[in-house]
Amino acid sequence: MNTTTFSTIVAAVGLAVLAYAHWLGVDYFYFAGYTILQFVVLATAWNILGGYCGYVNFGTAAFFALGAYSAVFVHKFHPLPIPVLIVIGAVVSGIVGLGMGYLTLRLRGAFFSIATLAMAVVFQTLVVNWEYVGGSRGAYIIHPENVEFAGYKVHYIEYLFTLMLLLAVIAIVTARTIERSQLGFGFATIRDDELAAEACGVPTLRVKLIATTLSGAFMGMAGAPFPYYIGYVQPQSAFALDYAVNSIAMPMIGGTTSWVGPLVGSILLGSAQQYATVTISSAVNLLIVGLMLVAFVIIAPNGLIGLVQERMRAWRKS
Amino acid sequence: MSALLHVDNIGKRFGGFVALDGIDLEVQPGERLGLIGPNGSGKSTLVNCICGTLQNESGSVQFDGHKMDGLAAHQRTHRGLARSFQLPRPFHSMTLADNLRIPLLYTVRARAGLLHSAGDLDARCTELLTMVGLDKKARHKPRDLTQVEMRKLELARAMAAEPKLLIADESMAGLSHSEIEDILKLLVQLNERGITIILIEHIMSAVMSFSQRLAVLVSGKKIADGKPEDVVRDPEVVRAYIGQ
Repeated sequence: MNTTTFSTIVAAVGLAVLAYAHWLGVDYFYFAGYTILQFVVLATAWNILGGYCGYVNFGTAAFFALGAYSAVFVHKFHPLPIPVLIVIGAVVSGIVGLGMGYLTLRLRGAFFSIATLAMAVVFQTLVVNWEYVGGSRGAYIIHPENVEFAGYKVHYIEYLFTLMLLLAVIAIVTARTIERSQLGFGFATIRDDELAAEACGVPTLRVKLIATTLSGAFMGMAGAPFPYYIGYVQPQSAFALDYAVNSIAMPMIGGTTSWVGPLVGSILLGSAQQYATVTISSAVNLLIVGLMLVAFVIIAPNGLIGLVQERMRAWRKS
Repeated sequence: MSALLHVDNIGKRFGGFVALDGIDLEVQPGERLGLIGPNGSGKSTLVNCICGTLQNESGSVQFDGHKMDGLAAHQRTHRGLARSFQLPRPFHSMTLADNLRIPLLYTVRARAGLLHSAGDLDARCTELLTMVGLDKKARHKPRDLTQVEMRKLELARAMAAEPKLLIADESMAGLSHSEIEDILKLLVQLNERGITIILIEHIMSAVMSFSQRLAVLVSGKKIADGKPEDVVRDPEVVRAYIGQ
């Protein structure tokens, strides 16, 4: 299937989801859906570096929060439409991704992961001490109840949901396009064997920097609308470890070698978390992530996609 | 005729250990050079310095009239240097055809500035796999291969980059006699196509039958360089291998 056909299908599915949500007309669906879609974007973004290249980034929260705080900063300075803030968030987090890559990509394995985690702590400390964006007290963003489009009034949460849905569509199409491109092959060689990749002519440092920039930019995009969704941002919530843990767990559960994995993982885990939040308590979230990770490491180490592929291979052989 | 590869007085240390101590080496276009030496004599370090996996601390490497010092490994591959690894390092998650696609995409395409069609790339992968007799396994993953097939894949992948000089680092270690013959035949065939080859090997029968010239490294120094039959009789070489 070529990229145009695939993009059309994903866009059509997106539209169908939007139409269904609109038909349902329940605000809660938008609230919960927004969070799940936000994780679709984060997990897909994480997977570009973590899944395709094999570099486990523990700093998702930093990139996400940078997107969110870019939006807060711009909002305080001069409020702009959210799509513009998303672009700004992407640029800021993309540049930080590039910088982080340049500083840390000489490290491998656990050392790289620790460096990314440390980077998140550094950025959190900076934000806590930055009074303009609210410091440790946090910042309030008051959004209007509705947004007007050509005379139509759209409920604000529906607007945010639509934006996040659009971002998820863009992230998925980008991830799949990369997978089938020369760049995707380059990413895979880095995951498999960097020394051999260099010997084959792959400019590994450049390819890795593209991955950190792209991955960071998408995380920043997911973070930019967050202050408008939550209404009150404070460093502890924007830099929460949940983002890092979830965006690693979701691709792991779904499968890291293809765009389908993060999508399936985030829908599955995201929905389970939303369900637990309303039926049991929001504190159960991380417990669910932990239990599911343990279960998947035992049952399906290559994620759901890997499990399905294995079964299909066995079925074809028999 | 000017040398294709000109290694001039290169040195490399690992902490206090001198791995390469002022090595000079010239390789002429189309030549088949054998490089031997006991374990730990610096053969692989020399290869790594020539190919850019390691950077030499002193001296210089010239290839095809260009200075290679300071260039990254992939840039040297783009300029026509290719190597196979002592322990095969295939891309495990890819099929054999995709393993060969990497140098085609990243080296041949970058060098020629050509945009091959998907069909062209597939055809070239099949051609290379046929050359090493692995065409029937094009869609298999490297884990399905035997040792000798793995070595052949390693050579095919190095060849896919269309190099001027191929450095085969112990491509025959651990293989049976007939398998060694297989690899040797392949290397000679490549040389006949005009590719200069440096063969690093411990198996003397293979080195002797393949090489037109032989260089010997011992403890990071080159102690002999010349016709194979003369070199193996050199008293210093005999001493290095057998002892006094």
